[in-house]
Amino acid sequence: MSAAPTTEPAVPSAASEAILTQLNAAIADAAPCVTRFRDNIRIFVAPDRLIEVLTALKEKCGCAFLSELGGADYLKYPGARKGPRFEVHYVLRNLDTMGFVVVKAGVDDPDPTLPSVYGLWPGCDWMEREVFDMYGIRFEGHPDLRRILMPDEFVAFPLRKDYPLRGRGERHNFPRLTREES
Amino acid sequence: MPVNLLDEPELDSEAKQATWTLNFGPQHPATHTTLRLILELDGERIVKATPHIGYLHSGFEKLGEHLNYNQYVTIVDRKNYISPPMNEVAWHHTVEKLLGVELTPRCQYIRVIIGELGRISDHLLCTGAAALDLGAFTAFLYAFNLREQIYDVYEEMSGYRFHPGYTRVGGVLYDFNDRVLDRIKRVLTSFVKVYSDMSKLLFRNRIFLDRMRGVGKLSKADAIGMSCTGPVARASGVHVDLRKDAPYLAYPEFDFEVPYCEEGDCWARFMVRMEEMKQSVRIIEQAMAKLPSGPVNLPIAEKLNIPDKATTYNSMEGLIQHFELVMPNRGFESPVDEVYAAVEGPNGELGYYLVADGTEFGWRVRTRPPSFIHFSVFPHIIKNHMLADIVAVLGSLSIIAAELDR
Repeated sequence: MSAAPTTEPAVPSAASEAILTQLNAAIADAAPCVTRFRDNIRIFVAPDRLIEVLTALKEKCGCAFLSELGGADYLKYPGARKGPRFEVHYVLRNLDTMGFVVVKAGVDDPDPTLPSVYGLWPGCDWMEREVFDMYGIRFEGHPDLRRILMPDEFVAFPLRKDYPLRGRGERHNFPRLTREES
Repeated sequence: MPVNLLDEPELDSEAKQATWTLNFGPQHPATHTTLRLILELDGERIVKATPHIGYLHSGFEKLGEHLNYNQYVTIVDRKNYISPPMNEVAWHHTVEKLLGVELTPRCQYIRVIIGELGRISDHLLCTGAAALDLGAFTAFLYAFNLREQIYDVYEEMSGYRFHPGYTRVGGVLYDFNDRVLDRIKRVLTSFVKVYSDMSKLLFRNRIFLDRMRGVGKLSKADAIGMSCTGPVARASGVHVDLRKDAPYLAYPEFDFEVPYCEEGDCWARFMVRMEEMKQSVRIIEQAMAKLPSGPVNLPIAEKLNIPDKATTYNSMEGLIQHFELVMPNRGFESPVDEVYAAVEGPNGELGYYLVADGTEFGWRVRTRPPSFIHFSVFPHIIKNHMLADIVAVLGSLSIIAAELDR
């Protein structure tokens, strides 16, 4: 069975395409790998060029707004995907033209590390902490990289694909606080 | 030059000794759910606030990888349980963008109506609870009473009062019947009276005004830098509304305005929400007047949505389609690709980053939750305010703990 589209799939708006054009004008060879799907434009960048590209997007292409930041684990992802295990996506929006682009950076085991974008958008604070908490991706330069949703004594990263749905029994080994010692 | 809120001045050692620590929460009567704040106080002045979240962490995003696109609607309901229909609209909007399907006109209008009802319901609770937390109980009762009538609409349209689970991939569960339309009309009629009562009670209330004005100020530059959206950003002068600026569903066909303020304090956020409710009522009225006829679901040839009972029992195609979608090893196919889509939720941009792996199960279902981002702003805007201002600021940001933790 297949989902046959009834209408033409949405295409990236002119405003989103303009951001890409401006980015290519701002830094040469910034986006060697760009894909378009529906109305999304995805720009894949290498981790070491991430800050350079994001700075250019913010300062030269008017993408002043970091809409969303999150991670994904592609362990055993079907299809012909080759590349790093984890990817972190940054959705940037130009608030004047309302164009938006998705910037993706991949990192791999055993020590997934990306530079933090805290210097560009302080709003990434909790979102980067959440990616760290759920996937174990560290963000270098983040001022306060702690677990945010899971307790501090939790050792695993629950949204990784090799983490079982029912957990590994961590809950049973949490220290129990009584009323006297709390 | 934007002021960086995040550089906190170091206390000298003498001042540091004078501060004391207070645990606010995990449960406090003024917070809807479990929020824990560790406050460092100098007398009653807040020197530093450290939020701790995670008390409700239910693994909603992990569940998204193990429930199919139709089943997951019951989970998204519980993220922002103050306005469940908007979460459903956001979720299936993303799935439909992934699949590349266009809804029928009637379905688009129905989704606009239930989404806007959710927005009214959310803002009623938020403005009412803001009044309640600051000591004005009556306004809260009026607001909550109208919410009951909105729940009546949910109950009539889906059978569930609190978590309707009403949308489906490519459509909705049932079509609106006449009783649903009657109940929506009743909500719209009652709203006029409730708004007038609330405005009479609150807009010139000296205590309420003094506790909201100038409290929890968020500048425009900070609102952009901290990724704020929705009423919080619009109260600070960021004039962005995805309904207008990145239209989806049938929103371009409606005439409405986007209220905004420049002040960025609690009062501005309160007033923006009050005004937004009026605009939502305008949208619903237009949508009711122009509600197109025709099917609500995509035709079964699309092989996306579960056919209704009449089609299932009376046609071979319907029966096969029902079987294919219900059996665990069948279901529809999705592209092996990923998509980000967002709608304007009551609290701001409510988006999903959906990675699909070809099956009807999401590979990665990332929610972009507005509350989560607004709560990260809270420690910065509460600084140097009094202990009692916490409830005013918390209420004006409309923090929903289930959406924080997911």
